[in-house]
Amino acid sequence: MPLDPSYVGHSYPPSRPFQVCREKIREFATAIGDDNPVYLDPQAARTLGHPDVLAPPTFLTVLSFLGDDTVISDPGLGLDYSRVVHGEQRFLSHRPLYAGDTVVGVTSIDGIRAAGGNDILSTRTEVSTVEGEPVATLFATLVARGTAAGA
Amino acid sequence: MAATPRYAEVTVGQQLPELVLRVRRVDLVRYAGASGDFNPIHWNQRVAQQVGLPDVIAHGMLTMALAARALTDWVSDPGRVLDYGVRFTRPVPVPDDDSGAQLRVTGVVSELLEGGCVRVELTATCGEAKVLGAARATVRLG
Repeated sequence: MPLDPSYVGHSYPPSRPFQVCREKIREFATAIGDDNPVYLDPQAARTLGHPDVLAPPTFLTVLSFLGDDTVISDPGLGLDYSRVVHGEQRFLSHRPLYAGDTVVGVTSIDGIRAAGGNDILSTRTEVSTVEGEPVATLFATLVARGTAAGA
Repeated sequence: MAATPRYAEVTVGQQLPELVLRVRRVDLVRYAGASGDFNPIHWNQRVAQQVGLPDVIAHGMLTMALAARALTDWVSDPGRVLDYGVRFTRPVPVPDDDSGAQLRVTGVVSELLEGGCVRVELTATCGEAKVLGAARATVRLG
């Protein structure tokens, strides 16, 4: 089923607040095999002028898997997740993400186009602290294989 | 920790230290848990082959994270990575053995920007396959 093009510009409600803690950062850093002390040791982070340990550059991907990803589960948009592959991803940082931050993500649909029988969906997620300070903008392109009209 | 390179001393064409990493099945399981991405194509060979993949494949986001290490090791402080984007061009199949897949990451400074920043182009290969495309970052130097 092709995606509904009227969804371009559509914005979803904010994700639930995600509390970033030292242990989650440690878990993620360990999973990517990175023992950089600024991920693990608050004192090492402070030496570089940070208030606490900071999250690796791709850490905010965890927001996509909180179980409330409306892009994936929105029946109106019509994305067949079993056919989706990740096409592109970009993290634009506004400031480092630290242990102690609580963040929310607001996702909107930037574009929908068809190419080669595939539907290509571009999303943007604005991540900010619950206090309203911008942290990062995430851009993702998802490719739904063979779902475009006439495919 | 190595010192952050100084903007005044960096030139276009400068190579970042090459990174060679291994990705094994256990790494995929660990990343699935840490990221929350439990798509079975990253840990279940039966499901991966059912959808036409040669084998279990690494999470694209894990490959992206591993490649980022070429940047963060170079600048020391990951807070200096201001912008990082990639295109996922080829999967990284991870065989069910003890050595897994080998990922090779190289980087080169492609442009000097304002504000003490440079643009870096990354190349990530698994065997002969280029697994990331348009992999580039903006980092702020010292």
